[in-house]
Amino acid sequence: MKQLVILSGKGGTGKTSVAAAFADLLSLENAPFKTVLADADVDASNLELVLMPSVVEREEFWGGSVAEIDSDNCSACGICAEVCRFDAVSVKDDVYTVDPIACDGCAACVYQCPNEAISMKEQLAGEWYRSESRYGPLFHAMLIPAQENSGKLVTLVKQQARLLALDEAYDLVLVDGPPGIGCPVISAVSGANLALIVAEPTASGVHDMHRVLETTRHFGVEALICINKADIYLDGTNKIEEYCRKENIRMVGKIPFDLMVTESMIHGKPVTSYQPESPASLAIRDVWTEVMKAIKDQEL
Amino acid sequence: MIIAISSTDGKFNTEFSPRFGRCNFFIIVDTDTREWEAKPNPALNARGGAGPQAVQFLSASGVEATITGRYGPNAYTTLKTADIRAYVAETGTPEELLDAFLSGTLEEVTSATGEELHH
Amino acid sequence: MKIAIASGKGGTGKTTVATAFAQALSRMEYSVSLVDCDVEAPNAHIFIQPILDQFEDVNVLIPSVDADSCTGCGLCAEVCQFHAIVVIGGKTLVFPEMCHGCGSCTLVCPEQAISEIPNRLGVLEGGLSQEGIRFGQGILDIGEPMAVPVISKLKKWQNLMDAEIVVIDSPPGASCPVVESLRGADYIILVTEPTPFGLHDLRQAYQVTQVLGIPAGIIINRDGIGDTGVDQYSAEVGIDILMRIPLERKIGQGIAQGKSLLEVKPEYEKYFQQLYLQIGEALSSGNNL
Repeated sequence: MKQLVILSGKGGTGKTSVAAAFADLLSLENAPFKTVLADADVDASNLELVLMPSVVEREEFWGGSVAEIDSDNCSACGICAEVCRFDAVSVKDDVYTVDPIACDGCAACVYQCPNEAISMKEQLAGEWYRSESRYGPLFHAMLIPAQENSGKLVTLVKQQARLLALDEAYDLVLVDGPPGIGCPVISAVSGANLALIVAEPTASGVHDMHRVLETTRHFGVEALICINKADIYLDGTNKIEEYCRKENIRMVGKIPFDLMVTESMIHGKPVTSYQPESPASLAIRDVWTEVMKAIKDQEL
Repeated sequence: MIIAISSTDGKFNTEFSPRFGRCNFFIIVDTDTREWEAKPNPALNARGGAGPQAVQFLSASGVEATITGRYGPNAYTTLKTADIRAYVAETGTPEELLDAFLSGTLEEVTSATGEELHH
Repeated sequence: MKIAIASGKGGTGKTTVATAFAQALSRMEYSVSLVDCDVEAPNAHIFIQPILDQFEDVNVLIPSVDADSCTGCGLCAEVCQFHAIVVIGGKTLVFPEMCHGCGSCTLVCPEQAISEIPNRLGVLEGGLSQEGIRFGQGILDIGEPMAVPVISKLKKWQNLMDAEIVVIDSPPGASCPVVESLRGADYIILVTEPTPFGLHDLRQAYQVTQVLGIPAGIIINRDGIGDTGVDQYSAEVGIDILMRIPLERKIGQGIAQGKSLLEVKPEYEKYFQQLYLQIGEALSSGNNL
């Protein structure tokens, strides 16, 4: 059972559009792998908007805890404020309170309070879902805005996808990754056999592509690159191609800027399903073929 | 000696679990007498650090070697610190894996082999 | 005045707006700083081209246990909420990447066997741009999971936060790095694109502004590329649409080349200046724009 994760570094390069198209192509007859889908962008989970799944199971996600001071037992000694490294404890008129947004959940204040006046309250941080779609089972989640521990929620979504895949003999888990390189991305990358980086040829896009590539390298995950919106800035595309040649990274295709991608999104479908002959669809199909080959090559 | 094999259903004759930190059960076997019992893994629903917690549980149970599919880096480091030897297998029932262990055909690992669960 | 630029979805144009805004305001003779809080993928420097002359490491203090004094009591592991310290076979193990640097274990150890050592997470860089904008960015080290401590330290750089107008370029999303970037802002500009993805994520981002209790308005970027969902939502919820930047090849190309929006479309200078004055008025009168 293999895991493919789709990343970008910079947001907005087209990860989800590519992931949706891949899900579509993998759901067709004669597709090489029986696939479970996972949306690891829990802050902004968009895959469901184009796969139109039905939720079968929903579970609460309790992220971390925040400290709460019981004013009845508080002696206003101020030790909690002294030990807090997250600026979460404030005082007004001798009343000490914890800012739940600033609180890191470390409980240092709980153990230092001489009156045992502080306790940790668990936080409902989101929900995760197991859904069914035309393209197969989809695991996704929603983080309650401003909550912490999105990395944990990503790990949970992926674990559930992997469990189903193992239990019901699926061959591939396809993970639509989040932007950035921090803990949600690290959670999404963990355990992946292959990463497909969707780069865009803009100055920012190239900069962030380097960062995410360094990240996949750091975690020992093989990466392939495709360039989306490849025709908007040829200089950038050339830079990326040159970089790939130099660093021996496989470039698996170039996808042109195509308004059909947005139109298909508005219609709630992957572009390859909505308009299979559009330039983006044709190019994505080529990228997909290369990526499938790369996964098979790994098995040898 | 006492060894532990990760398991999904706690049975001796069904396929073992390839997961370590969050498997449902550990089959704890005495290699001399072949007596075994299934103990629920207390780290199964741990918020984070499941691997190291599972190791702590096994260490407290007197386990000297473990058999599973893969170990995350933190689990592996903890095993090493606890002087517990780590083995991997691709497939097998706990009974088969016990035999493989006794005949010395199991692969011992000297570094982490699996994904790291970051939380 | 602190104005933060956020979005839910990535790639909507936060950095484009933040840099243009900072440039437009600095031309009004205010002292302006631009703080790039997207420490995982910082891009503002590409458009502002600061001369970086200030550098500071961002460290988290992680525990170091003196094995001779340690009795293996396990109290440190008991209090650690993040499973970053484990006691086994009388020895302690620290997992630095899980450690939040809270200091709790150090405080509780009955033998005072724990001291703290710095563990580098990233770096802060600062300097002035050619136009005199004070610039600061944080860069998270590759492989480090936690962005928040880097953002937190960046926002404590006094010379950045003392400027008359502080423009904060925040990362995409709705979780803790975003919250850390937006905390303390007087106003938040949400940049979105008029598509289903943009709208879905805008809802998340707007909720964050509500949780923080900070007034917010919307800039629609790449106007014309999609549908009217965002417009409808804004009307329903009562958020002002502050500005629309059209989908124009010329703009896309310019940004792709690393040019700022003001370079490509100089007329935006006065639009952003007007916007600033409107925001200022609305905040002092407590009304919407």
